[in-house]
Parts: sequence; C-alpha cells; structure tokens
Amino acid sequence: MEQSWKQAKAVFAAALGPPLFWLVLFFLVPLAIVWAYSFGHNDGLTDIAITGTFKNYARAIEPLYLKIFIKSAWVAAITTGLCLVIGFPVALAITFASDKAKTWLLLLIMLPFWTNLLIRTYALIAVLRTEGYVNMGLEWLWKGGGTLAALLGLQPLGDFQPLELLHNNFAVILGLIYVHLPFMVLPLYSALDRLDKSLLEASLDLGAGHMRTLFKIVVPLALPGIASGVLITFIPALGAYLTPDLLGGPDSQMIANVIERQFKRANDWPFGAAMSFLLMYMTFIAIAIQAVLSRKTPEAK
Amino acid sequence: MAKRNAPGPLEYLRRWQMQAWLAAVFIFLYAPLIALMAFSFNDSRRNIVWKGFTLKYYEKALNNDGLIEAFGNSLTIAAVSTVLSVALGAMIALALWRFRFPGKPAVDGALALPIVVPEICMGVAMLVFFAKVLPWPQGLGWPLNLGAIIIAHVSFSFPFVAVVVRARMSSFNREMEEAARDLGAGEFRTIRDVILPHMAPSLVAGALLAFTLSLDDFVITFFTAGPDTVTFPVKVYSMVRFSVTPEVNAASTILIVLTVILTAVALKLQGSSAATAGHGGEKS
Repeated sequence: MEQSWKQAKAVFAAALGPPLFWLVLFFLVPLAIVWAYSFGHNDGLTDIAITGTFKNYARAIEPLYLKIFIKSAWVAAITTGLCLVIGFPVALAITFASDKAKTWLLLLIMLPFWTNLLIRTYALIAVLRTEGYVNMGLEWLWKGGGTLAALLGLQPLGDFQPLELLHNNFAVILGLIYVHLPFMVLPLYSALDRLDKSLLEASLDLGAGHMRTLFKIVVPLALPGIASGVLITFIPALGAYLTPDLLGGPDSQMIANVIERQFKRANDWPFGAAMSFLLMYMTFIAIAIQAVLSRKTPEAK
Repeated sequence: MAKRNAPGPLEYLRRWQMQAWLAAVFIFLYAPLIALMAFSFNDSRRNIVWKGFTLKYYEKALNNDGLIEAFGNSLTIAAVSTVLSVALGAMIALALWRFRFPGKPAVDGALALPIVVPEICMGVAMLVFFAKVLPWPQGLGWPLNLGAIIIAHVSFSFPFVAVVVRARMSSFNREMEEAARDLGAGEFRTIRDVILPHMAPSLVAGALLAFTLSLDDFVITFFTAGPDTVTFPVKVYSMVRFSVTPEVNAASTILIVLTVILTAVALKLQGSSAATAGHGGEKS
C-alpha cells in the first residue's frame, strides 16, 4: 500500500521536489510561454505583445495553412496504414517463431531504431537520388533491355531517363515508413504475443482458413495493440520535421516545416506558436480517440 | 502428421510467403544502411560505382575539426544529460511509487507530456525559453556553453527513465521495505540497501535509453543550439543539405558502429545485472 506523504515529509520532498521543479521550470514554463505567445502579435522587431487576440489561430485555418494541416494528417495516415500492413505479418511471424529466432528478429527490428534518425534519412537520400542506387539498378536493367531489343531487331529503347524519386511526396511517405516501421512492429508484437494461442488452434481445427482466423480471431483480440501501434506511429509521423525537410519537395511541406519557418526565418513567433499548439491539440485528440477506443474493448487494461 | 517437415498450422515463420515478406522488410530496413557503410570505403568521389577500397574518407572525417568537435559535443551532452536524467527519473519514479499525495494525477499527466508532445513543439518551446527567459550566456568555455542543450535533453529524457524505473518498481515487494525498517534501518539505508538494488537493472536500461535519445536528437537540439554549440546530428544535417559525400558516409558509419557496440554492451549488462539483482534479493 502506498504511504501517505505526511508520514515521511522529508523523503517525499527530497524525492519529488527536484524532478518536479525541473519539469515545471524547463518544460511547462516554456510551453506556457509559447501558449501565451500564440495570443499575441509582433510588436517591433524583437518584442511580442500578448493581447489575447485570436488572429493567429484565424490565420492558421486560412485555406493555405489548412491545406498543410490536412495534408500532414493525410500523409501521417497513409504512413500509419502502410506501416500496419507491412508490419503486421512481421509481428505475426515473430510471435510464432522459436525462442531463439524471436530474439534475433526482435533485435533486427530494433537495431535501425537505435540508429540515428538523420543517418537513416541520409541513407535513403543516397538510395533515391537521381544518381542513386535505385536509378543505377534501373539504368543497368534498361541497358540490358536495350541490348536485348537490338539483338531481337526491335526499336532501340533510347536513353535512360532517371526517375525522380527524391523531393516529392512519395519520398516523404517512404522515408516516414522507413523510420517508423519499428514503432508499429513492437507494440503489435507485444499484443500478439499475449494472445491465447489455443484459440487460434481451435479456429483452425474447426475448419476456418488462415485468413478467416486472422480477421475473425487474431485481429479482434489484438485490437488494443493495433490501436496503440497506430497511435505510436501516427503521432511522430504527424509532427515529422526532418523527413519532409530532407526528402520532400516544395509541395510536400508538413506542419512542422511551417512552424520551423515561422520561428527561424519568417520571425513570426506568435503565428508559429499558434501552429504549434494546433499540432499539439491534434496530437491530444488522437490520444483521446485511442483511449476511448481501447476502453471499449474488454482486453484493454 | 503426414510429412515430418511440413510446417505446423501456427508456424508462420516456416511458410515461404512469410519468409519472403520478412526478407523484403529486412532488405528495406537494412539495404540503405549497408550501402551507406559499404560506400564509405569506396574510392570515388561520385560514390556510386565501386572503384576500390580506401580509408581516405575516414582520414578526412577524422581530420575534419568541425566534425570532431561536434562529435565531442554530442558525447558530452549525452553523458551529462544521462546522469541528470537517471537521477531525476529515479527520484520522481520513487516518489510516485511510494507516496500518495494530493495532485498525484496532475503530476502523472505532466510527466507524460514530454513523451507525447511533438518534438517540434518542444523544440520551439526551448528556443523561446532560452531566447526570452533564460538567455544562455555567450562565450562560456566548454562544456558550460552546452548547458542549454543539456537542459533541453534532460527535459525530454528523464520522463522516459521514470517510466522504465516505475515499471521495474511495480515488481518490488513492499514487505521488504517494511522488514528493513523493522530491523532498524533508517530512510536512507532502506533506500540504499533495499530499494536501489532492486531498481538497478532499470537504472541501466534507463541510462541507455537516455543516452541514445540524447545522441539521436536532432529537432530539439536544432532549435536550442547556437553557432558555436553544434552537435553531431546538426553538423551532419548541414553537410547533407549540400551534397552526398563519402565523408558523411564515413562519419555516419563510425556512429552506427558505436551505437551497435553500445547497445550490445548495454543488453549484456542489463541481462547480467537483472540476474544478479534477483539473486541479491534472495540472499538478503
């Protein structure tokens, strides 16, 4: 049973005091300032007057910025959906692997996760750029095809045009999947691992096929895990800065890039602050939806 | 069973479709990284066709003062913020585990905030804070000039440490604490001799997590760093913006290898310390 704080006031103060002080001063206070700024406007070059105006929020939902919000949510949703489709079989395979294989597969999934985000993004740039490995492979195939065509006496194929794989929305989504796949696989695995395997065996014994078992038994039982995997992937994808910045083109900006521009270049802090808080509210809404959904399923604790 | 080697109904890993899927996923995850590492040894500036083995880009990277300084900064920040995060995280975990007090749900919620708030929001909060409230003095000597970044890193790492430590403490038998007290141990001794040994594995895990989070962080550092406090990710970012060079490949390879070694050591340490912590509990 937990002790009442009154029974050992000195210990309580010593243990809670410093971390709470740190949390308030170096986290809550900065956030509160940004929140206050979102109701202000630039006053001169460096000062910001907090006037309680909603002008910044009104500007943030103008079509230009609203489109970026919708696009970010859309990109994050596509990323999350594809991560789920790609990651679910992986999690399933790990769940039913032998103990030794399980350890190795989990390590293999987690290792990229420990590797620096910037390095992983950079590795993707090297693969996707016009003179990257993918285009090099395609060029080689193209030339092979050209030789074959010449041998068969067909029209020559012409010069190889490298594909533009970088600086577009495709690259951003690919990059986000690349970075966030482990976020999806790990919660899925921990949900699937807790399943009662005899239920699956019973379903298969009673004549249901693998697909039917999967969708009627496994997915409903693993729903809380799926929901938390979706949330854990969706939130960072929604606020992604680095991936759209490095892999995206001029039309693939996401919310975080707009926020960064307001603070670092456009020097419109109040507007950037309003955008930040809108992003934060979107995050909280996503968490709330997940919390409500997982309360409905009896397995969720 | 008809054939001894036929996969059982639930041995999904032994079906070829599953194996092909897994292989494709792992190629997707690893091919870019392996290509990056392999081409750091490639003797060609264009860095696309294999021309021969060389170590010259490692030499170049190691002689790049800016890069080395950034690397040193990153390691210093990670080390200091890990120590602070583990201390603060363990303290708040202990307080939340042991006591009930008014406002506990609020503290719980506030502690979860740094974990869920988008990085960019925390980044701008730190930028504003260090620009308006606590301007970090310019021109301080190393390592004091890194203070602002260290503070920011501790703020987002220590809640993660707290989560790990709390998970571990939930398996602690409170009767042990009572027994220690009955046998005459004071608060300090109880914490040092009974609670800390039980906490130890989670402290190692938390430290590893805090270190990696700090070493990995780009966005928050990007908003907190000044021109003379560049960390490794920020430096690589500025290099990558211009072009893909073998030098960056070499520097990245060094960091990847370092992370892999660190993870391996930590996993090993965690395994053995978890085992000894269990035995220690039985002995006393």
